[in-house]
Amino acid sequence: MSRSLTPVNRVGVDERAAALGRRSIKTTAKREGIRLATSMIDLTTLEGSDTPGKVRHLCAKAVCPDSSRPEIPSVAAVCVYPALVEVAAAALRGSGVAVASVATGFPAGQTSLKVKLDETREAVAAGAAEIDMVISRDAYLRGDDARVAGEIEAVKEACGAAHLKVIIETAELPTYAHVRHASELAIAAGADWIKTSTGKSTSGATPGVVLVMLETVRDHAHRTGEIVGVKAAGGVSNTKAALHQLVLVKETLGDEWLTPERFRIGASSLLNDLLMQYAKLDGGHYGRAEDFSKE
Amino acid sequence: MSSRAAVAKTYKLYLGGAFVRSESGRTDPIGGVNVPRGSRKDIRDAVKAARGAAGGWAKKTAYNRGQVLYRFAEALESRSDGSDEYGEAIDLLVHYAGWTDKLAAVMGGVNPVAAPFLSFSSPEPTGVVAVLAPDRPDVLGLIREIAPALAAGNAVVAVVSRTSPLRALDLGEVAGVSDIPAGVLNLISGRLDELLTPLCGHRDVNAIIDATSDDAVAAQVDELAAETVKRVSRPTPYTDSLTRLEPLVELKTAWHPVGS
Repeated sequence: MSRSLTPVNRVGVDERAAALGRRSIKTTAKREGIRLATSMIDLTTLEGSDTPGKVRHLCAKAVCPDSSRPEIPSVAAVCVYPALVEVAAAALRGSGVAVASVATGFPAGQTSLKVKLDETREAVAAGAAEIDMVISRDAYLRGDDARVAGEIEAVKEACGAAHLKVIIETAELPTYAHVRHASELAIAAGADWIKTSTGKSTSGATPGVVLVMLETVRDHAHRTGEIVGVKAAGGVSNTKAALHQLVLVKETLGDEWLTPERFRIGASSLLNDLLMQYAKLDGGHYGRAEDFSKE
Repeated sequence: MSSRAAVAKTYKLYLGGAFVRSESGRTDPIGGVNVPRGSRKDIRDAVKAARGAAGGWAKKTAYNRGQVLYRFAEALESRSDGSDEYGEAIDLLVHYAGWTDKLAAVMGGVNPVAAPFLSFSSPEPTGVVAVLAPDRPDVLGLIREIAPALAAGNAVVAVVSRTSPLRALDLGEVAGVSDIPAGVLNLISGRLDELLTPLCGHRDVNAIIDATSDDAVAAQVDELAAETVKRVSRPTPYTDSLTRLEPLVELKTAWHPVGS
């Protein structure tokens, strides 16, 4: 099986992505950026040690990240393992915060299609409005694009009304050309969102990778008029990195993509750093980690 | 006659175990040398490095911390210019190296209580300590403040002498080869009026040693410390060791029930 890859200029991408991270964003713009980034977070907990209690705490924080600052919005969604979707859905009912669930044998995706579909249906039935699936990297790296696309289509169907985010796990793809190709493949197969990483691999949403995916989405939108969302996940753990992502989005896709309906940041520790930076803007003193709840 | 051109040294901050220029890129010429002019971002980076290193340093055995401080003294000996100031600084390091495993016995102990409990107190490091070193003496004045803080198991962010920072910045090179873990000691040069607020107002700093003996600075430090709830000590050169060490630890007291 052969595939043709659109070449991507790695040096050019890295340079542009880095250049867009050098902007000085201060005071009023920083305040707005922090609020916007907060509203785009998929607050995530994907640990073997997750318990219903921990997820409930996380949900409370997702709805009201900082009770002393009502101007800070709720996050976009809470992302959990399928077994905890029911708990999260109950905790978030009526809050406007969505429940997202990883599925399809996350993070490796090394299970059969039947198991993947069952897991997806279960998560949707339990109340997940968004499903984060992983592509079969083994099939993709072998060149079996048809199987990758077929799985995405099948999972999309199993999702029903739920939105499907397709994780291409860029850390396991050799080049930006593959990132672009895998993104196009996922979009063609029906992905509502494309997502960089599981957060369980060696690297995550590096600015270069996100730029390539944003450009793929932009080109697709120009060609077809269809809107695909992008979720940057993995490694976006501080305010500076989050604001960098927002600049990438604005400069690649424009203001209309700067909304939680079209761009998300998957993160766990980012929220506290955003809150700490916001508090610094208010109080003038640098904060410390103990001042913010872990969940 | 040698014809080679001397290599001039670039003075740098000692931050997180690395020698770095100020993040701001600024320098101040002092005595014909460009000295890094630290910024509030440097302070923030230093506090972050100190916080990251504080846990590991506090967890080391007192015996081990003593050895490391002694090693610091050895390394400083090889940098000494033979003056009394260096001599006293080295002796002070050895002195506080000896204090590390005696703190618990001197400050803590078993408390007499009128109930069937064993109650005992033990000193624990307070965490991240900010040091405002005096302008003079540049080396001894700095060592006098950082040695007790390190001996008590704290991580230190020190603003070195403003008027003669060069030899104080060189202490970073001494610390760098003396087994002191990266981030446990951070040395920043610059202007006090720029560095004071971000350092003393940083909520992740637990205590301040203000050795500037400057009333205007003292007033500012006190206000910032009160706003962010931290302890301030103002030792003089004549303050004894125990009085220096006391504000740098927290006493933890535990009550344990005992049977009859």
